[in-house]
Amino acid sequence: MDIIKKMKSVLGILVLFPGILFAAETGYRLDRSPHDPTDLVSLQSGARTYVNYCLGCHGMQYMRYNRMRDLGLTEDQIRDNLMFTAEKVGEMMKTPLTAGQGKAWFGVPPPDLSVVARSRGADWLYTYLRTFYRDPKTATGWNNAVFHNVAMPHALWTLQGERALEKGKWVQVSEGAQSPSAYDATARDLVNFLVYVGEPSALARRNWGIIVLFALGVLFILTYLLKKAYWKDVK
Amino acid sequence: MATRLQALWGWFDSRMPSVAEQWRIHASQYYAPKNFNFWYYFGSLAMLVLVIQIVSGIFLTMNYKPDAALAFGSVEYIMRDVPGGWLIRYIHSTGASAFFILVYLHMFRAMLYGSHREPRELVWIFGVLIYLTLMGEAFFGYLLPWGQMSYWGAQVIVNLFGTVPFIGPDLALWIRGDYVVGDATLNRFFALHVIAFPLVLLGLVVAHILALHDVGSNNPDGVEIKKTKGRDGHPVDGIPFHPYYTVKDLVGAVVFLVIFCIVMFFMPEMGGYFLEYNNFIPADPLKTPEHIAPVWYFTPYYSILRAVPPFFNSQFPGVLAMGISVMILFFLPWLDRSPVRSIRYRGAYYKTALAIFVVTFLLLGYLGVKPTTVWGQFGFDAFFLDTKDRATWMARLCTILYFAFFFLMPWYTKRDRTLPVPDRVTH
Repeated sequence: MDIIKKMKSVLGILVLFPGILFAAETGYRLDRSPHDPTDLVSLQSGARTYVNYCLGCHGMQYMRYNRMRDLGLTEDQIRDNLMFTAEKVGEMMKTPLTAGQGKAWFGVPPPDLSVVARSRGADWLYTYLRTFYRDPKTATGWNNAVFHNVAMPHALWTLQGERALEKGKWVQVSEGAQSPSAYDATARDLVNFLVYVGEPSALARRNWGIIVLFALGVLFILTYLLKKAYWKDVK
Repeated sequence: MATRLQALWGWFDSRMPSVAEQWRIHASQYYAPKNFNFWYYFGSLAMLVLVIQIVSGIFLTMNYKPDAALAFGSVEYIMRDVPGGWLIRYIHSTGASAFFILVYLHMFRAMLYGSHREPRELVWIFGVLIYLTLMGEAFFGYLLPWGQMSYWGAQVIVNLFGTVPFIGPDLALWIRGDYVVGDATLNRFFALHVIAFPLVLLGLVVAHILALHDVGSNNPDGVEIKKTKGRDGHPVDGIPFHPYYTVKDLVGAVVFLVIFCIVMFFMPEMGGYFLEYNNFIPADPLKTPEHIAPVWYFTPYYSILRAVPPFFNSQFPGVLAMGISVMILFFLPWLDRSPVRSIRYRGAYYKTALAIFVVTFLLLGYLGVKPTTVWGQFGFDAFFLDTKDRATWMARLCTILYFAFFFLMPWYTKRDRTLPVPDRVTH
């Protein structure tokens, strides 16, 4: 087989399985997200950050405002503190930004984030939110260590301040409103909220799991004794 | 009360005695060997999962929308707004993987104890047909959530049919109903998933069990229990399926449900194997995911497909190899020429071959979920290296071993040094 044919055959595979072409996004090592799904204060803080900094572009079209009662809030509290663009508390958390505007302003419409924690994972989100840096080469002036050439500018930069990534080293260019550790906590709470929204029934799922397993344990004892009783005479 | 019920039953029985007769034939008077072990739970468990899938599937259909614009959202609607919807959905998604685990173990049982051997060839053939139908059922079902993996997985598999010489492109078009996987594809896959294939599956399960009950069950010793009958005309080593095995399988069902529930309630994604992470991104025909891998239960065959090098720019040899690797299962009863059935009395040849086969199958499965670059590349160059990916060469070796297990079977099973088989089962 000559070189041309070999290349053709490789091309054939690539046409059939385009996935082979692209390896992992970047090799940046992900930090472990310290979020705690039972921490209601953290979840409420994450929700507040989300509606103030993210919801302007990123909708959560499968999440209803009043579902946030899960976070220990009343419908009135939700209406007064977390609803800026919606009319009714049972509405979905949609963004006022249209897909057309998103495409015109960022090149791609900002994705819906209802289940982003389930596709990206908490660690990825936690690292991503903390690794924006100034990059004069991009259209927005921002880049990200986990997601190279991301279309999104750093939405939380007023909190974190501007940073630069020089030869693998982080440099603080300007101070933000929060200290680095306070910003980490903001990112953690936001990730906590995103993980919650990804699967609002996760807590109920685990609680039911314990009850069901306990019931099955009892059922096991009963069925096992039944089996033993019947099989007594099988020699 | 009791006499009234008896009277009612008598009224029913005198008009339709076949119900009681079927119960006798298949349960209370069906004599099964008394020495069934651990490996004999998986048949009844697979039936349990079939029922679980049908029931949970019915509830899912009540809220799912087979429409390319609505499908992904309707699944999230089930997960959030339908009371108990998350439970139904996880039951169904965990059940799909559980079904394959059980079927693989059930098939392996047959290979251990020679359950496919004469006179049970038809039982085996119906079983392989069930397995094939299940693969189709799973494939169609996997498109329905309309996530990225659903979409691109379906795209890749339908493209396989496109590699068939001459008719390929038309065949792929006919399957999709469009030039790309789209709304038309989703609608027909929905129809096939919720009615066509389940009907076939149920029919085949009935045939599988009828064929089994006509010849009687095999057992871990591979001894024919019907050869030794007592004065009552029943096999001495047999016990009525009901109540003995109904109560035993009940224990098995509870243990299975414990494991099932641990996965379903505490790790429904199973590390991205039961529910793939990429499938939480809505299908996007314009954006190919970084790495497309089918769901875990298809990956051994997917590995074989990838391992076979293309021939004149055509991937068809790989597709053919993959097809043969499944179809060859039909011939297992005739490839096996051993004078004994059970592994307990087989010699070193078969035991070694089976052990290698298991390792091969698992390794192929593992490699199938990973990109071919998973083990890096060879550091040297040679004319015969069309690819330097180590994993691809490992998959090729495994593919050869996979086929060798079947194609050399007539040879090594015949020459194997077997042990004498006892007349009665050991218990």
